[in-house]
Amino acid sequence: MGERILDVKNLEIDFHTYAGEVKAIRNVSFHLDKGETLAIVGESGSGKSVTTKSLMGLLANNARVKGGEILFHGKDLLKNTEKEMQSVRGKDIAMIFQDPMTSLDPTMRIGMQIAEPLIKHKHVEKKKALAQALEILKLVGIKDAEKRINDYPHQFSGGQRQRIVIAIALVCYPEILIADEPTTALDVTIQAQILDLMKELQTKIETSIIFITHDLGVVAGMADRVAVMYAGQIVEYGTVDEIFYNPQHPYTWGLLNSMPTLESTKLEAIPGTPPDLLDPPKGDAFAARNPYAMKIDAEKQPPFFKVSDTHYAATWLLHPDAPKITPPAEIIRRRKIFAEMEAKKVD
Amino acid sequence: MPEQAKKILEVKHLKQYFGVGKPDMVKAVDDVTFDIYEGETFGLVGESGSGKTTTGRSIIHLYDPTDGQIIFNGKDVSKLHTKADRLSFAREMQMIFQDPYASLNPRMTIEDIIAEGLDIHHLVKNKEERRARVEELLETVGLNKDHASRYPHEFSGGQRQRIGIARALAVEPKFIIADEPISALDVSIQAQVVNLLKDLQKERGLTYLFVAHDLSMVKYISDRIGVMHYGRLLEVGPADDVYFKPLHDYTASLISAVPVPDPEFERNRKQIEYDPSIEEDKEGRPRKLHEITPNHFVRCAEDEIEMYKAKAAAYEKK
Repeated sequence: MGERILDVKNLEIDFHTYAGEVKAIRNVSFHLDKGETLAIVGESGSGKSVTTKSLMGLLANNARVKGGEILFHGKDLLKNTEKEMQSVRGKDIAMIFQDPMTSLDPTMRIGMQIAEPLIKHKHVEKKKALAQALEILKLVGIKDAEKRINDYPHQFSGGQRQRIVIAIALVCYPEILIADEPTTALDVTIQAQILDLMKELQTKIETSIIFITHDLGVVAGMADRVAVMYAGQIVEYGTVDEIFYNPQHPYTWGLLNSMPTLESTKLEAIPGTPPDLLDPPKGDAFAARNPYAMKIDAEKQPPFFKVSDTHYAATWLLHPDAPKITPPAEIIRRRKIFAEMEAKKVD
Repeated sequence: MPEQAKKILEVKHLKQYFGVGKPDMVKAVDDVTFDIYEGETFGLVGESGSGKTTTGRSIIHLYDPTDGQIIFNGKDVSKLHTKADRLSFAREMQMIFQDPYASLNPRMTIEDIIAEGLDIHHLVKNKEERRARVEELLETVGLNKDHASRYPHEFSGGQRQRIGIARALAVEPKFIIADEPISALDVSIQAQVVNLLKDLQKERGLTYLFVAHDLSMVKYISDRIGVMHYGRLLEVGPADDVYFKPLHDYTASLISAVPVPDPEFERNRKQIEYDPSIEEDKEGRPRKLHEITPNHFVRCAEDEIEMYKAKAAAYEKK
């Protein structure tokens, strides 16, 4: 894609609780290039939301950053003061959240909510800011925008409110848009419209997107690259085709297997639940639920093994001395597709 | 299956209107008719506001239907008059709710939550028997005996949903309405709960009405599917037929909007736009469910039947 705009290196974040220190983010590194969409996939407790909140400086009071850097154009955001972060949020890095019902101010007309970032960040005068707000309201597909700009959030449907939230996020043309489960609360047909809108706007506004979700269908449609998180770590990352058609980590296999596809006859659930991060296991955190676990998984955390220049997975199965195992049938099916895709590339 | 199997539930012209007589009356369920056969899973899908949840709640009598009949095991249960009637109905039909955080009383222990039905119906003689039944149920749903003395807040969403299932099973019902039982759960936990429901169905001969908006999951678990929109049932048929050979435009548009974990498919997917005005008829022609191919019904006017039959035939040629 383009130049690298964000570089997260070795991030470690703990939460200080009455029960002890919860090691929520355990050495997470990833990057984002200009113009691309990176999907961070994980389930509850994987750390995906904490990761993005740390990018925005929105961590809870009991969070302790134990190590690492978040380099935005070479500058470490973790070293910013709150005042410095305020000028980053909404202007350079914007965020949209899951629940459009609670992310809008119910007492403020939506026109002003969209105009506010322009007034605060770009010092645009109110009348002009409202005019720009109207333009972006039309851009996100709100009909009768001239009338509706004076309405309050409760006068809109869920899908419309999410469009307004997107308008607020994009009005300053941020370099990075973080979307944290933006369509989970929406109906499937509205979801499809919102996702198409985001793709369209991404091109128009030239913004890079970090997309957080647990819905692999949405990832397949939106992402250029994917990072899979489990128990506070990234366990596999690669291009969207590599992750979906040539996955290497048993957790990624488990996720793909537990989603019904058109051909599904049996759903393979991943048994058990994620480990308690108050006392993370010393070896591979997924070992307890991994049908392919080996003795070493209980002893030592696997490093990232290279699958391609763009694809890495942290599983001992990729060690040169590891035994050859047969992945689940669904994964074999996907790998066949991958082999065909690779063959076409060579031609 | 439908010909040999017995009908356990018949819903006839069910209407559930809220705010009747007021200007903002909502016709949540507007003349819905369908049957459910013993031992099957009937999936009821639709988006928010379609009336699917209200339909489920009307069937189990959380609301008194505005009009229509609900015939359960041959008895008309639309109007339950005596306490004995209500009790016997409650034993045979149970519900699993959507929100695992709101559907368990936070001030009751797990044992009390699961045993409440046993207590009401006097199904156990003493404390020991009660405890034994609860422990058995906990193990059935994949939880631990020692969970019985704990409180809901100590459990995850998936575990709470299992407790809800144990509670529903306690009185040994024949029919369970599962109202979006998995939407609040993580993907891998959804698969666990769905597999559990399927296993229980096989072991105990249960019949399910599975209400959900996740089409892929509904297709996976259901034998037959009904599609609702704006309070009306637009299409009913075997799961594979409805999913792969949809007849109604709305069904087709719904299916086209479902994201699939397959990047190549997603790159080529085109969402089909739906025009809801086709459901209303300017000439006022009556619309009801007509059978187009065996067991596959679509809501249409009489003179549209030929058009739908041609549509169904076109699928066969492909």
